[in-house]
Amino acid sequence: MGSRIFPGNFESLADISEFIRLEGKEAGLSDKENFELETAVDEAVSNIIEHAYGGEGIGDIFCICTPIADGIEVILEDYGQPFDPSCVAAPDLNVQLKNRKNHGLGYFLMCQLTDVVHFEFSEKQNRLTLIKRKK
Amino acid sequence: MEITTSQFKHCDVIKVTGRIDSATSPQLAEAIAKINDQGRYKLVMDFADVSFISSAGLRVLIATLKNCRRYNRGDLLLSSLPENIHSVFDLAGFTSIFKIYDDVLSAVASF
Repeated sequence: MGSRIFPGNFESLADISEFIRLEGKEAGLSDKENFELETAVDEAVSNIIEHAYGGEGIGDIFCICTPIADGIEVILEDYGQPFDPSCVAAPDLNVQLKNRKNHGLGYFLMCQLTDVVHFEFSEKQNRLTLIKRKK
Repeated sequence: MEITTSQFKHCDVIKVTGRIDSATSPQLAEAIAKINDQGRYKLVMDFADVSFISSAGLRVLIATLKNCRRYNRGDLLLSSLPENIHSVFDLAGFTSIFKIYDDVLSAVASF
């Protein structure tokens, strides 16, 4: 199991990706599965900074990676405002370009690229659990 | 992320190296805006050395595509997509709205 604390700013994203890549590799994910997990975690962390903390440099992000029997579990914790992106409408990918929204892909990608996306909110902290299984 | 731009007779080529994420996508948007500000809307983006793209980068691409195609004045063509990046584009429904080429030369020649 590996855990790290990252400053809640966008400059941390590359470091978080590298951390996830190493942990995913140790857990036995393929390169493709690892890339998918990196993408999902990047989207989750960007949401935390943008929506839970409301900007950069407000708070830290705790990242805990645990190998499981068939993959890896990634837990992200923050102390910002509860933000549940599952309340955001899913993007419509079949509309014409002019009607296509520029936003709304982050949570969609997070769900598509991992096997479990689970939010828990309490008074003290927000916790997001992502699970990526090996194929 | 590093961005290099090359101006050709019929189009501009934007080569991106590294990650396109929430930290770097504003830099990409700025580079594209500089080209558009010169009245140039025929663009090719070379993804050969892009290692990662998040939804923040995808937002820049779709906004650029809409802007370039407005008034039928141009287009944003994508070239040399690595397999992982192509998969993300597939998921996001981008492969049906962008014209994607195997290499930069083919994309440039199509303008």
